[in-house]
Order: sequence, then structure tokens, then C-alpha cells
Amino acid sequence: MPKSLFIVIVGCGRLGSHLANGLSAQGHGVVVIDRRPEAFSALDAQFSGFKLVGDAVESEVLRQARLDKADLLLAVAEEDNVNLMVAQVGQKVFAVPRVMARVADPAREEAYRQFGIQTVCPTTLAGEALLTTLRESGEARR
Amino acid sequence: MKIIIIGGGRVVYFLAKLFVSKGHHPVIVSQDPAECERLSREVKALVLCGDGSHPPVLEAAGAREAEAVLAITLRDQDNLVACQLAAKMFGVPRTLALVNDPDNLEVFRQLGIHVAFSTTHIIATLIEQQAGFDEIVNLMPLAQGKVTVSEVVLHAGLPAVGRSLQELGMPPGSLIGTVIRGEAVLVPRGPDRLTEGDRLIILTTPESYAPAMRCLLGDEA
Repeated sequence: MPKSLFIVIVGCGRLGSHLANGLSAQGHGVVVIDRRPEAFSALDAQFSGFKLVGDAVESEVLRQARLDKADLLLAVAEEDNVNLMVAQVGQKVFAVPRVMARVADPAREEAYRQFGIQTVCPTTLAGEALLTTLRESGEARR
Repeated sequence: MKIIIIGGGRVVYFLAKLFVSKGHHPVIVSQDPAECERLSREVKALVLCGDGSHPPVLEAAGAREAEAVLAITLRDQDNLVACQLAAKMFGVPRTLALVNDPDNLEVFRQLGIHVAFSTTHIIATLIEQQAGFDEIVNLMPLAQGKVTVSEVVLHAGLPAVGRSLQELGMPPGSLIGTVIRGEAVLVPRGPDRLTEGDRLIILTTPESYAPAMRCLLGDEA
């Protein structure tokens, strides 16, 4: 990644806060959005970005986050549909150059990947990792 | 026509009943098991309990043969995704979505939803445009709000009474389409004069609505 990016992260759950802490520590400018104010307690004391309380499916909240200026949008809220909507709004309305969405439902993930949204599916990733480990340990035994 | 309705609440019941009475075949998809049970007793429609934005549920609801999908849940993100999947994965030719946040109206259209409508927007427009003007008796947005049809009754003393259309100079983007005078229906031309008691059917764009009403009704509009 280039030196310092402006990154908007939607969702401050386990994944969102992990990304926010890491990216902020790397010196990037970060805005994290979450509906629940208490979600921000997962951020490090050193986190130097901005916290925004609001529902990211409201365009107004994305405007407040200055999404139009963002280099990267990470849609990692709990709900798949929030991420899919926010990712598309980021790409098509705010013209964010790089957009990624976390989608837990493999069927939905597959569909939206084909529509041109960059998606990551934790379910298939974990499934593949587990199966690979199983296969390897099985071979090791043989 | 096979129509998939995704959502909950009494509006789904009334819509499904209406569609059945018009000879259509609605399929209801709702997340609430208790409601699904009640609906399946009340309406002659297939009722599915599940997430309408989950592809296998859409498929089970018969999305491949459906002619329209109507997503009216209270969550914009669910309506958007259900409609997009229906159109793109299953080739549903018409998708209609309720937009709860009026700001999302334009967003939904940009993201390929065929018809997006916001009850908040419709009610707000009706109140804004109709409040205080007794003369405006009827108002209907068309083409997703890009055109408004209004009916205006000309009472005595209004600036438009006794003037011709030419003299009136309605603003661009507005048109007096029809004048209803007693039993007669006229399509007026420039030299025709308006008289007291005329009912005018007016077409306007949203921008020209206020200037057009000012032109007919004077400063009170």
C-alpha cells in the first residue's frame, strides 16, 4: 500500500476494529462508522482516526465520513446486506477507487463477486483453511 | 402474473389479497414465522418463511418464473439486495423496492432497481405541495415523481381568471393539459381564456411546480 491512505471502515466489530487498529498503527487516516457507540471500545488507546456513530446505509452518514475523499472503503459490518449496499454506494455514488466487502453468505458472495464487487467470504475462507489443514494432517499420518 | 412480495406487516397481507383479487399469483416471503403462519391461513398465496435476500430462498419462491419482485421490508439494504439478486441471478424483469431513507431513492435507481419509491418522500411531497392551498384538489406523482399531475380549481379573484393562456405565460416545464368547464372538457390553446370555476389539469416537473402554481394562484401559492 502507498504511504498514507484515507480509509473508511464500516462496522467496528471484531473485524472492523482489528482493521482500524492495524491500519491506524500503519499511519493511515481512518474513519470508523458503527451504529453502536459502545462498539468503539474495541479500538486501541493509540487509535488516531475518527469514530462516527451512525447507520452507514444512510447516504448522509457516508457523506459525513467524507467517503468522497476516501482511497479505500472496507465494508465489514455484521450484516451482509449492509456491506453489499455500502460497497455499491461507495463504488457507484462516491466513486471510491478501491472497495471491499465482507459477505458471510457464500451464495450472496458468489453472486456479487460476479457483479463486480470485491468480496471476501469468511465462511469459505475458514472452510478451505480447515479442509486444507485436515488434508495435510491426514497425509502426514499416512 | 407471478409476483414475489418480500416483507412483513399488514401491508403485505393487503397487497397479496389485492393481487389475488386481480388474478395474479403472489408469493410472500417473510422472516417472521408467526406472521407466515397467519398469512398462509388468510391469503390464497404461497407463503415462505425466510430471508428474501438469500439466493436459495428467492429460488424456492419461484424467482425464475416471477414477473416482478416487490421488496417492502423496513430495511433499505435488504430491499436493495433482494431486488438486485432477483434481477441479476434469476432474471426477474421488474423489481420494485421500498426506500425508507428518502436519500436512498436516487441511490437505488443508480444501482439498477427498476422502481424505487419512498413513502416518506410521497407523504412529504403531498403535504408540502397541498398544505394551505384549497384550490389544489388533486395531486399525483408520475414517472417516479419526475412529473406531477395536479388539479386546480379557479375560484373568483385568482389572477388566472379571465386571462388567456398566452397572457398567463406559464413557466417552462409546465402545461395546462385540460380545462374542465362544467360538463365540457377542453384542450386549451394560447388564445383561450380561463373562467371562474374552471378545473385545470396541470402537468409540471418538480422544479416548475411552485412557479406554475404562483402563476395561477398568485402570491398565496
